[in-house]
Amino acid sequence: MSTVKLTVNGKAVSADVEDRTLLVHLLRDHLGLTGTHIGCDTSQCGACVVHIDGAAVKSCTVLVGQANGANITTIEGIAKGDELHPMQAAFRDNHGLQCGYCTPGMIMTSIDIVARHGGGLDEATVRQELEGNICRCTGYHNIVKAVLDAAGKMKVAQAAE
Amino acid sequence: MGIEGVGARVARKEDKRFITGKGRYVDDIRLHGMTYAAFVRSPHAHAKVAGIDSNAAKGMPGVVDVLTGQQIVDDKIGNLICGWMIHSKDGTAMKMGAWPAMAPEIVRFVGQAVAVVIAETRNQARDAAEAVSVIYEELPVAADISSAIAPGAPQLHPEAPGNVIYDWTIGDEAATDAAFKSAAHVTALDITNNRLVPNAMEPRAAIADYDSAEEHFTLYTTSQNPHVARLVLSAFYNIAQEHKLRVIAPDVGGGFGSKIFIYPEEMVALWASKKTGRPVKWTSDRTEAFLTDAHGRDHLTKAEIALDANNKITGLRVKTYANLGGYMSLFSSSVPTYLYATLLSGQYNIPNIFAEVISVYTNTTPVDAYRGAGRPEASFVVERLVETAARELKLDPAELRRKNFITAFPHQTPVIMAYDAGDFNASLDAAMQAIDYAGFAARKAKAKSEGKLRGIGLSCYIEACGIAPSKAVGSLGAGVGLWESAEVRVNPVGTIEILTGSHSHGQGHETTFAQVISERLGIPISQVSIVHGDTDKVQFGMGTYGSRSAAVGLTAIVKAMEKMEAKAKKIAAHQLEASEDDIVIENGEFKVTGTDKSIALPMVALAAYTAHNLPDGMEPGLKETAFYDPTNFTFPAGSYICEVEVDSGTGKTSFVNFVAADDFGRLINPMIVEGQVHGGLAQGIGQALLENAVYDKSGQLLTASFMDYAMPRAEDLPSFKVSHTMTLCPGNPLGVKGCGEAGAIGASAAVINAITDAIGNNNLAMPASPDRVWHAIHG
Repeated sequence: MSTVKLTVNGKAVSADVEDRTLLVHLLRDHLGLTGTHIGCDTSQCGACVVHIDGAAVKSCTVLVGQANGANITTIEGIAKGDELHPMQAAFRDNHGLQCGYCTPGMIMTSIDIVARHGGGLDEATVRQELEGNICRCTGYHNIVKAVLDAAGKMKVAQAAE
Repeated sequence: MGIEGVGARVARKEDKRFITGKGRYVDDIRLHGMTYAAFVRSPHAHAKVAGIDSNAAKGMPGVVDVLTGQQIVDDKIGNLICGWMIHSKDGTAMKMGAWPAMAPEIVRFVGQAVAVVIAETRNQARDAAEAVSVIYEELPVAADISSAIAPGAPQLHPEAPGNVIYDWTIGDEAATDAAFKSAAHVTALDITNNRLVPNAMEPRAAIADYDSAEEHFTLYTTSQNPHVARLVLSAFYNIAQEHKLRVIAPDVGGGFGSKIFIYPEEMVALWASKKTGRPVKWTSDRTEAFLTDAHGRDHLTKAEIALDANNKITGLRVKTYANLGGYMSLFSSSVPTYLYATLLSGQYNIPNIFAEVISVYTNTTPVDAYRGAGRPEASFVVERLVETAARELKLDPAELRRKNFITAFPHQTPVIMAYDAGDFNASLDAAMQAIDYAGFAARKAKAKSEGKLRGIGLSCYIEACGIAPSKAVGSLGAGVGLWESAEVRVNPVGTIEILTGSHSHGQGHETTFAQVISERLGIPISQVSIVHGDTDKVQFGMGTYGSRSAAVGLTAIVKAMEKMEAKAKKIAAHQLEASEDDIVIENGEFKVTGTDKSIALPMVALAAYTAHNLPDGMEPGLKETAFYDPTNFTFPAGSYICEVEVDSGTGKTSFVNFVAADDFGRLINPMIVEGQVHGGLAQGIGQALLENAVYDKSGQLLTASFMDYAMPRAEDLPSFKVSHTMTLCPGNPLGVKGCGEAGAIGASAAVINAITDAIGNNNLAMPASPDRVWHAIHG
């Protein structure tokens, strides 16, 4: 057992956990943040993507010890109160989700894609960048639309700031 | 249409919880005192269980108990059943082998459970499961259809000699043979319909909670049909009487058929909860899902089509072997029979059809309904045959189709189905226009000049949805009726709750169903809640599969609404001192037509509940129920056209364009319908290009993770051009047909027709991997 201390969605948390505990299990089982999902055992599906110090990471690939001291953001932490993150809004507006299970990971990955590419995003790049996230419902068509829509809006918002 | 009524592209009500991480799936639920189950699963495809030593496991930290297959048999928990009786051509009943929830004696596929560990934490349960020692005596294995039907093949079940479950036929064999004898042209194909794994992104999960004081169970489960689960667990598996079992299917992360069935793990969780006196949670990991979720497809087919000198189709003859795996799953028997062979007429006027289907046991995971269930297999057979015949006859494939399209409705096929409405030329026209079919020859020539192989492929599918009039399916062997129920509750303040037996696991019912209420009453969808997925709330229902929720589930809601509105009009008329015949409902108000007198819905509702001033003899309250049994199947149909470019150097296929023109009848929310088409197309394309469940000769599933099984990813798929034509379904008041499965039914033939056109070799199996395509080009 070890004690880990980290910041999750802006709040300092600490937990006593088995050393083999994965970050995704800490979030779900110990912190009750069940928006981060588990869809495979092999780090293929991306349902568990969160941001660690601002970068998208599959939380099933991280032992909690590796995240000690890190700043974690989950799907629960991206809206500002009632105001959705532009990527959340874009997924809703473009029908970029059906069953909702892959959606948190998709949104967290997509925010990271836009952050890294800024204005240089096109459909082919989005499809390439989504290779680590599997969706079985949407055929990706509307997910790609949502990411491009949000990218445009995030760029405008950034320019306004 | 109102802004949130029928036909509006309304954003989904359910989305907010999913995009903010507030969805509530089974694995998100934690109960006080909850334990965790981990199964001990067979590493062998066929073996005798000679002994189980769980002493070491029982002594490990946190272990509550270790339970075995023999104990579940001793406790008289029933064997799993297949609920659709099929009779062979000789009149004998299908041969169903015993399937205990955990194997006490024989395991028949890799991954079958033999024991379960219940422990305080997930890790403790999994650690202890590894410490359970099972002695297996391996038996010879039949891992595919050919080895199961070979002389001297290993026998899986004593009930099924030769591993044959049934040998079933449909159609007029003599008339069909005669059509082939007199044919001017016969096209024949050997077709393998590859085995698929459904892979809903949410793995199956169950939480069972037994209350010993009330002798009552609660089961949270990943189900498409919680009431059917309760019925089967109660009536056949001896878990509890129905009123002592509550089944809740909360947010469910995709199903695609695989979550219709009641699986051993749910039975064991319920039984173990009673035995241990603790809530028990089981959550599948992905490899368990690959090994134990019912697989789909897996047919070997010889198919022939006969044409006369005028290129009219005169006959179609099919012999199919279907692999049902090691045991008969809940509806497995119906998939390669009544859901398959009854669709072999496709969109065509075919006077003579005969099909023989032989279903066999193999040492593999059970096979059952997966998106489309039998209809993708039928559509693939028909559309590959027609396309191939056109090539052999040097005809335009579109023209050969048009020449044989059914154009008058209703149309009775020789294989049960009576198509009620359609316009197959309209959807083919729309698809051809969308892809610029006329310009294809020039595009192909240009591609050729650049050293690329360009091909185009059509697929004109039809399916049968809603499933179906209960009397009809009963006569065909179904163990259940396939109606749906609904309840409309108008609250005293005028808000509305709709209780439905349909279940949404991605389809967007909370929005679509509310739109129909909005349309009828002229109120915003925010005033309407859709309640589903809980047997304590909804009285009964048959669930969601077979693209039935709109055609059957929503029709039940409309029927209940009609009753509610009739009563509400009586109350309004009484309050307004008018005749109920003069009352119309507009913008949430009951108006006396031709006057300015009106009363708002909340006031009518309040009057119903205060009961201070109701018409004489009227019961208080405003709540109505309806059970709706469909009068026919519905028949969604459409045309898909795929244009591809193949790199002859690598064998890699790239999409140039993929267009879909579907006729689903009336669209309630076109945005949601398009999303259903996109997802279906992705699964159909996945089957054609990527997905394949591969077993080795010893029955090991070689593709048991996302590392090894090629799930379609964003880069594998094109953007889709989706459009709609519309003939209304005459069988229901909304005119809807269903849209959930079409893409998966029609897409794979379009892709294979396109690739085979590009490479000039018609002999190409699915999935058409670069390796297979390269060999088809170069030998």
